[in-house]
Amino acid sequence: MTEIYRLNPNDAFRQGIWIVVALALFSAALFLLRYDYRRLETFKYLFGITAIALLVLPVLPVLGLTVNGARLWVHFGSLRFQPGELAKIMLIVFLAGYMREKREVLAQGRPKDWGPLLVIWVLAMLVLLETRDLGGGLLYFGIFLAMLYVATARIGYVAAGLGLFLVGAIGVWRITPHVRDRVTIWLHPWTDHKVYCPISGHLDLRQNCQSFQLVKSLYSIGHGEYAGTGLGKGTFANVSGKQIIPDLNTDFIYSALAQELGLIGAAALLLVYMIFVLRGMRIALLAQDGFSKLAAAGLTFGFALQTFIIVGGILRLIPLTGITLPFVSYGGSSVVANFLVLAGLLLISNRANREALR
Amino acid sequence: MNRQVSHIGIAALVLLSALIVGTTYWQTWANAGLASRQDNDIRLVAQFSIKRGKIYASDGRTLLATNVTKKVGGQTLYFRRYPSGPLFSDVVGYSTQTRNRTGLEQSYNDYLTGSNANLDTVFRSALDKLRGATVTGNDLILTIRAGAQSLARRLLRGKCGAVVALEPSTGRILVMATNPAYNPNLIEKHFKEATRSNAPCGAPLLNRATAGKYAPGSTFKMVTASAALDTGRFTPSSPFYDPGYCIEYGKQVRNAGNPEAPETFGNLTLSTGFEHSVNSVFCNVGKTLGAGTVLDYAKRFGLYSLPPIETPESERVASGLYDHGRLFDPKHPDTQVDPGRLAFGQERLQVTPLQMAMIAATIANHGATMRPTLIDRVISPDGKTITHLHPDQLGRAIKRQTADELTQMMELVVQGGTGTAAQIPGVRVAGKTGTAETGRGNFNTTWFAAFAPANAPRVAIAVVVENQNGGFGGTVSAPIAKQVMEALLR
Repeated sequence: MTEIYRLNPNDAFRQGIWIVVALALFSAALFLLRYDYRRLETFKYLFGITAIALLVLPVLPVLGLTVNGARLWVHFGSLRFQPGELAKIMLIVFLAGYMREKREVLAQGRPKDWGPLLVIWVLAMLVLLETRDLGGGLLYFGIFLAMLYVATARIGYVAAGLGLFLVGAIGVWRITPHVRDRVTIWLHPWTDHKVYCPISGHLDLRQNCQSFQLVKSLYSIGHGEYAGTGLGKGTFANVSGKQIIPDLNTDFIYSALAQELGLIGAAALLLVYMIFVLRGMRIALLAQDGFSKLAAAGLTFGFALQTFIIVGGILRLIPLTGITLPFVSYGGSSVVANFLVLAGLLLISNRANREALR
Repeated sequence: MNRQVSHIGIAALVLLSALIVGTTYWQTWANAGLASRQDNDIRLVAQFSIKRGKIYASDGRTLLATNVTKKVGGQTLYFRRYPSGPLFSDVVGYSTQTRNRTGLEQSYNDYLTGSNANLDTVFRSALDKLRGATVTGNDLILTIRAGAQSLARRLLRGKCGAVVALEPSTGRILVMATNPAYNPNLIEKHFKEATRSNAPCGAPLLNRATAGKYAPGSTFKMVTASAALDTGRFTPSSPFYDPGYCIEYGKQVRNAGNPEAPETFGNLTLSTGFEHSVNSVFCNVGKTLGAGTVLDYAKRFGLYSLPPIETPESERVASGLYDHGRLFDPKHPDTQVDPGRLAFGQERLQVTPLQMAMIAATIANHGATMRPTLIDRVISPDGKTITHLHPDQLGRAIKRQTADELTQMMELVVQGGTGTAAQIPGVRVAGKTGTAETGRGNFNTTWFAAFAPANAPRVAIAVVVENQNGGFGGTVSAPIAKQVMEALLR
């Protein structure tokens, strides 16, 4: 929040409003589901379908909004919303409910039981492909595999899933230039000779063209060194006063943080995330029923994987795909979704504790 | 189910740990590489938020490089201004946003930005950073005398060439002037205009004093004569016979036409041959000594190594024989090099003005070469001296006696030989002329190397002027050397 304020005070104000909204929803969720959140399980298909519907929303002509080549936003007047963030939680609830019910049969691998799972799954993937949200796709796929593994205990499924993912990835790489671009940027962000630049249509060094954002963000991270420049003292504008890194306070907020807080601060942030993951997994371990376990594990793993996909992309560990960094990035839908994840984990934890006391 | 939950928990932690490893990599291991990238705007801004140290001439007052401030995005940035324009551009260089730094701005960047390893500076810079104060660099005070430098540039106007003057006993560089030069204030925004030459030759960005390679002609006879005397094979009074040419590989090599000397001298001594720059004498000395010995003495004077001054290595070249544009150090000099032509400075010899000034300074300093230097002292922003010049002897080129005999011979050159134009009333001047044919019509490279006063030298100088139509070292370069020396001795 401080970092967003630092980078863009207007955004910080709106983020403040979003946090209030998120807290309200957070409290509402806790209040409404205080007796037994497990009745959500009854509506699992509703959740699954709503999730798909939410994912489809941005593709619709009037509502949809394209930002940076990805069609992920819905707007009502000046209000923008990224429904994918909520869809993620709903998908997890659906998967938890469905897998809890069918885990034994899933483990046996009868095609009939796989049906609904695959239908929802393929639909989700198609929508993602259509909206070109690669990071989201990776995230959902990861969550799906992790939850499937928890439900069925069959490592073979994970292996098969990863294999399928590889095949799919290569396939996508071959047919979509967008993806091929991302991979090239990832492998060779710097060129010594000028190459064709699809943005300007001229020849240019790749670091001045497609990989501009990635490269500038790496410079920002490197500049932080061990101790960082100190909050509010980082450099984000160039010598002529222009902002260096586009999308700094959303997808690239990590590179701003790493510059101002340095290795010590960035590592501290990641350690806090690790503690969050440890607590989340502990809740999953303590929970008494399958639905709770699956939901808690799915939410927690999703949180970690989302962090990995965006920060790993920024650090060139994997190809860069833009998604938000949980709890830090600017973005209303992201904040709301993250608080709902927190609410879910709290509810599950609360119940687990009560049952343990009994 | 719990086992699986633990497994994916571990997987999640591994993913997050990978991020810590990745961040560590970029912030420590790869950071130096990132910082040195040309398109790294952040480094650029960081550099420009440092108040670079100022650069002064030897008087500590004449400002050569200073800063102008500009507010950008809430930060105060400092940009370079060079009040002296092209006068010191080859030495000071430039520091701009879009181009690499050059000159002392490049090689002394650490001092100028307060990032040198000196304890006092490290402490102060760290404190400034912690307080959020502007980091201020250290000031440089050069050894160059602004007045003489400006005179030398004036004398070179309309010509292409360089003047280098040294203090023989300390190695201080008193003048390092070249023409054409460029205006460093124009580099950033008007690069084309900055690189336009106002002289009959190009490349104003080249520091001709340290990177201009010229055939030394007869000035090289200082080296050959040193070898002749120092080896004990000859004395100043060794007898020679000059028929007007010398025979090499069975062919006549004629003496260069010199307006102030007869075509043939007949019987004469080594000293007279030096005074009137008689090629046949030195041709025979070279043949007697062999190319190996002459080259050996050349190396003792510093040829074949980069003169160790403070400008960037890329802006200096070594002197010596050049073959196809590359420094050529022959393994078998006695078969690969023509000793006669080498002895009077032709062959494939190429020498920089700085190197020539070092040869004169070495003879002036009784045979010992002092490390040439441009920096007198470095001063911290609060006025403390961080480093100051310690004169350093690089080595001994020739015996004291050899140097003194050579000094006498060089005095004769100015008194009654080819270099009379360098006479200064009341001061004993020792010098040697050089006129190297360019192979293009009547165009010559004209040299003059000298030092004064001969009995207690305070200044040694080398002057080179390119492409003089019918000009000679004694007529073109010696008068320039005279005036600059006069200014320096005043």
